[in-house]
Amino acid sequence: MKEIVVISGKGGTGKTSITASLAYLGGKDLVLADCDVDAADMHLLMQPEKIKSEDFYSGLLAKIDPELCTNCGICANVCRFNAIPVINNQHIIKPLDCEGCGYCEKVCPEKAIIMEEQNVGFWQISNTRINNKLVHARLGIGAENSGKLVAKVKNEAKQLAKTDNKKYVLIDGSPGVGCSVVSSLSGANYVLLVTEPTVSGIHDLRRVYTLVKKFSIKAGCIINKYDLNYAKTQEIIDYLQEENIEHIASLPYDEIFIKAIHSGKTIVEYDKEYFYEKLKECWNRILELIEN
Amino acid sequence: MKIAIASGKGGTGKTTLSTNLAKYLSKEFEVVLTDLDVEEPNSGLFLNLDEILEEDKFKMIPKWIEDKCTLCGICQKSCNYHAVIQLGEMILVFPELCHSCYACSELCPEEALPMIKQKMGVLKQFKTDKLNFVESRLEIGQEQAVPLIKETNNFVENNFGKEVLKIYDSPPGTSCPVIEATKNADFVFLVTEPTPFGLNDLQLAVETMRELNKDFGVVVNRSDSNNKLISDYCDSQKIKIIANIPNKREIAELYSSGEEIYSKVPEFAVELKKIKSFLINELKVD
Repeated sequence: MKEIVVISGKGGTGKTSITASLAYLGGKDLVLADCDVDAADMHLLMQPEKIKSEDFYSGLLAKIDPELCTNCGICANVCRFNAIPVINNQHIIKPLDCEGCGYCEKVCPEKAIIMEEQNVGFWQISNTRINNKLVHARLGIGAENSGKLVAKVKNEAKQLAKTDNKKYVLIDGSPGVGCSVVSSLSGANYVLLVTEPTVSGIHDLRRVYTLVKKFSIKAGCIINKYDLNYAKTQEIIDYLQEENIEHIASLPYDEIFIKAIHSGKTIVEYDKEYFYEKLKECWNRILELIEN
Repeated sequence: MKIAIASGKGGTGKTTLSTNLAKYLSKEFEVVLTDLDVEEPNSGLFLNLDEILEEDKFKMIPKWIEDKCTLCGICQKSCNYHAVIQLGEMILVFPELCHSCYACSELCPEEALPMIKQKMGVLKQFKTDKLNFVESRLEIGQEQAVPLIKETNNFVENNFGKEVLKIYDSPPGTSCPVIEATKNADFVFLVTEPTPFGLNDLQLAVETMRELNKDFGVVVNRSDSNNKLISDYCDSQKIKIIANIPNKREIAELYSSGEEIYSKVPEFAVELKKIKSFLINELKVD
């Protein structure tokens, strides 16, 4: 079983639209995982039917028992996150500032602080309308540990691929270069980078690929909206050569991306000709590359 | 006055709006724009300003002093992040997991885990006339954006007075980096686009802002014949739509080469003017 991760650094490059199309083309050979748990959109194209759903607990939050608390202030003194202010003569925990380190709990002489596990969201396995299964999740508002939820989604997808005897896990990664991207990348066999010929697209591609290199994963790149700026497209092609990243394809700036989303379809379903052929070539090429 | 530009979904036009709005407003006000998307800071690519300051930003992590350690195991037990692990006769520190809470260091009876500095990113300050710009970029391999966002916020607080209009370009999403970037703002502009993806992610962003008790309004980018998708939702939730930036290929092209947009696309300038009026009339910016 091989793991393919699609990332872009920058948001809005067309990553989810392209991943959904590849998922359509791969059909029942794969399990699809939406690891963009902060702003998950894949389900909007897949009409998921829930098979299984579970709450996700991760990270701790301090809680003060006012009955036991003598307001000695030791907890507030050790807290590096300024999460324990005094309100109406009582020390309280500010949930959004508490990082769950538990230092306060360990130093409280009255044992008035307990650490509680946080429900930070849920994850779910669904049947999609395109003959595969989707593992997706929703992170609670302002939750920490998106990296851990990403790891959970990925591991569930891998497990599912094993039990169902699927050849591939296809992962829609998250933007940025932080913990959730690191979680998306770890253990992957192939990275598909989706970029666009804009100053920010190139900038973010370079940063995220610097991260990919640390994992020594083979990478390929799709340049989306290539006709928006030919000079920048050339700049990307030069960069890809320099870094030995295969340039898989260039796709034009086209309203079809938006129209397909509005109709709840993937691009390859919406446009059976040009985009279907183009993305079919991409998918076949990616499979060739990971099998060798 | 502090205003944050945020969105659930990436690529909706936060940076386009932040940079153009900051330039536009700096004709009349003293403005500092801060790029808090420290994982992928882009605002600077769209501004042509002179760098006046560069400084490394550090986080504190424990360092094991073997000679002092008695292998009592307290440090491992005190770390809720599994960033300090005892392996045989060794203490291993995993800096990327460390939240700098100091528990292991200060609870160690032998002072065998002093906190030392580790570089997490670089902060830069730029200035031209009445426009100031601050950005921080996270070192590749550092996983936590929040400590660097905090440091950057502190820098802006300490270096710019109340009279300066502060605009913050926030990271995408709804998790901890967004909270850190928006929690001190007086008003948040949520940028979205009229697609089902845009709507879904706007709903998440709205929930986040309500959780934080923030005042917020919506700016629709790439506004087209599908605007009803967003306006129906905003009407039902009694959310104000402050501006509608049209969907034009010309804007995408100017953006692609990092050029200023409002001076070349009059329809864009009209929308910035609406935002300015809103700031003056509703938020009493003067």
